[in-house]
Amino acid sequence: MGLKMIVMVKQVPDTHNITGEAMKADGTVNRARLPAIINPEDLNALEEAIRIKERIGGHITAITMGPQKAVQVLKECLYRGADDVILISDRKFAGADTLATAYTLKFAVDKIGSFDLILCGRQAIDGDTAQVGPQVAEKLGINQITSLLEVVEIDEEEITAKHAITDGYELVKSKMPLLLTVTSEANEPRSPSAKLVMAYKNIDQEVNGDSYEEAYMQADDSSLIDRITEWNADSIGVDSTICGLQGSPTKVKKIENVVLAVNDIQQIPATEAGITDLMHELMDDHII
Amino acid sequence: MTNYYQDNTDIQFQLKKRDLTRVVSLVEDDFSDGKKYPHAPKDLDDALDNYERVLEIVGEISGDFVAPRARDVDATGAQYADGEVTYPKGLQEAIERINKADLSGFVLQRKYGGLNMPYTVFSAVIEIFARADASLPLIISLQALAATIEKFGSDEQKDRILPRFVSGEIVGSMALTEPDSGSDLQSIMLKASQRSDGKWQLNGVKRFITSGCEQLSLVMARSEEGSSGGRGISLFIYERDQDMRIRRIESKLGIKGSPTCELQFNNAQAELLGKRRMGLVKYTMYLMNSARLAIAAQAVGIAEAAYREANSYARDRNQFKKSIQDIPAVYEMLTNMRVNIEAARCLLYETSSMVDIKEGIERKIEMHPDSRADLKNDLSRYTKYASLCTPLIKRFGADMANQVCYDALQVHGGVGFTKEFDVERHYRDVRITSIYEGTSQLQVLGAVGGVVGGVIFERLNDYESDNDFSEVGELYDSAQKLRARLEAAVSHIKEKADADFQEYHSERLVNMATDTLLAYLLCIDALKSDRKKKIAQLFIAGAQIRVKSTQEFILADDVSMMEFHADIIKQEEVL
Repeated sequence: MGLKMIVMVKQVPDTHNITGEAMKADGTVNRARLPAIINPEDLNALEEAIRIKERIGGHITAITMGPQKAVQVLKECLYRGADDVILISDRKFAGADTLATAYTLKFAVDKIGSFDLILCGRQAIDGDTAQVGPQVAEKLGINQITSLLEVVEIDEEEITAKHAITDGYELVKSKMPLLLTVTSEANEPRSPSAKLVMAYKNIDQEVNGDSYEEAYMQADDSSLIDRITEWNADSIGVDSTICGLQGSPTKVKKIENVVLAVNDIQQIPATEAGITDLMHELMDDHII
Repeated sequence: MTNYYQDNTDIQFQLKKRDLTRVVSLVEDDFSDGKKYPHAPKDLDDALDNYERVLEIVGEISGDFVAPRARDVDATGAQYADGEVTYPKGLQEAIERINKADLSGFVLQRKYGGLNMPYTVFSAVIEIFARADASLPLIISLQALAATIEKFGSDEQKDRILPRFVSGEIVGSMALTEPDSGSDLQSIMLKASQRSDGKWQLNGVKRFITSGCEQLSLVMARSEEGSSGGRGISLFIYERDQDMRIRRIESKLGIKGSPTCELQFNNAQAELLGKRRMGLVKYTMYLMNSARLAIAAQAVGIAEAAYREANSYARDRNQFKKSIQDIPAVYEMLTNMRVNIEAARCLLYETSSMVDIKEGIERKIEMHPDSRADLKNDLSRYTKYASLCTPLIKRFGADMANQVCYDALQVHGGVGFTKEFDVERHYRDVRITSIYEGTSQLQVLGAVGGVVGGVIFERLNDYESDNDFSEVGELYDSAQKLRARLEAAVSHIKEKADADFQEYHSERLVNMATDTLLAYLLCIDALKSDRKKKIAQLFIAGAQIRVKSTQEFILADDVSMMEFHADIIKQEEVL
């Protein structure tokens, strides 16, 4: 039977490929100018889920909360081997901070029903908060292992994992159900499968589809889904006062546009002493 | 984040501006798979979109994954110890990634798990991978071996073997060459004998076998005792066991990631593929033709890599207070590199489409025998075109790529001769493309019949009647002049009716034919793009000089080479 896994993914602006117009004059991200991609560490989370499935079997459902176009990142998940996907989308979710997002995702997970493992990227490259995963685990009242480096052992009951802590790593063990946040060091995500891309590129979306439960129940490796399920605030039963902007206590006070500039050039002699001095200087500045 | 498909607009031009309607319709058998397989296309646009998306995956893997490992692959090379071969780690990882992306079985039918892609797209795949690492396409192109089994094997063999190719469980190798039989494959000695229980066993040695260490080999062997020519040869499927020993692997100038093995067969059990006596004349010729197309694609890919290295080096390198890219001696080299790469690419995809149409018609006739009458003429035409153009592009692609890599290193100056830059690797890797799968000289022999026999002119007639060249009138006039010179040279040689004289000039004839064919193809490209008008003009300007002087030489009846060569190379005393 294997594990029932949920992978939570996010669509983010591609901050690795910054062009001239990436920032607006007020210092906020110009999302229209940046290509939207799947958050890189979410791909690591998906990869880890696929490897677990390859190891002991299972079923992978990828979910994302976002606008309609976020369906694109769900397709990216299908292309790599997710068994099914759910888009959680509603105008009411707009402007959500990490707390409101975690609430919404919690309700979505509740609607999915039983699960063994939730995986998500450690943090997103837009906000860099690393909060949503841990908050979802708290709201669901389940264990969490953050910053996963390696799944050492896993079966249907229990996982032993290596995860990063300041200055090192820790080997920990937990019963299921469990939430994992995955780092880019855990694995190298696979490329999309040519066959899955061709099979899924034109897949339809079905708003509030009832077909989801059925597909989930009958999940078997050889069948491909034929619709992307979409849920909104009503269908997951989330109270609109705790989601979106309304449910977000975080208020941005000020955004500062920092321009990094080189002030002066320092010549370091290529000697033992010169390098030692540089090392000390960098340590004093807390750079290393 | 470099995508070797998305950043290569010339490959995109060749695939998108080419009318692939017929290719797609034949390959997809009018979209009959559309209902059976979720990844099968529903119509033409869907199929073209599939090609695009698959090439994007190939481009991403090439740029982000394969290319960064290529230097290590070259430095480590394939290793041999205690009878076993190990691929360099980077190459193993690349293969694993490609298999996971479902890119094995590229040209195999869907019922065996393949992607059912045309050779036109497969050529792009090879080219893109070759740009990243020249060793990789050797493994990828061995998929052609699976296609040979698909075409000539029994249903039982196909069902048993092909899905294992697709899953990546087996990569194949083609074991043709022997120590004393290189270009002359008719003389092979490896012996296949039938035991009393009807099973075949192999005895003998094969040499220069790319990936001969792999699980499955197609082995060409002499099955008819006492025979000497090509008709005594059959092709066998051999699954590796303890009865074949890898004696050693070659230490080579380039493509070091790919192991080139020497194999010793000792009573090794094998099974016959297809019919006896057809091994060389039919199956191996088929196998080698698709391999030749793949080598042409590999060569174009290596040339692309070298050109890009040279151009970006030239742009950034300042001498005499300016970028060397602006110095005539350098920009002329760079421009000619680019023009010739684009010319080769044009013929590569043209030839690939011809092969697709030929293969597609054959498959259609097999599936719908009543269509034979309608398709017979077309099949014969496209068979002739593909047999002419495959050796032409194999030779032009490989020789062009060698020149490009030579010049790319030259543009780098002294640092190009060091390992600091990748260009020296391309220079070493590209060298073999003019040699294996038939040397350039052997490709001339394969093509010259189609030139003297007039196939080339039939094809040029097609181009003349299928296109309105009025928009590129001057270019087209020049192309037609090339044709006239080629026709004059061919008639002159035919009038002589002297086999030695024809053989003596065969390389020159094939050169003229290649220039003329490329001039026509570039005129067609020029109808679709202003940039291509410039490419065509530059190419044709060079072609006119070459074709004119070659024609004059042929018509001059100067046979001093035939008469004097023995005096020069067999009697070396000067004093």
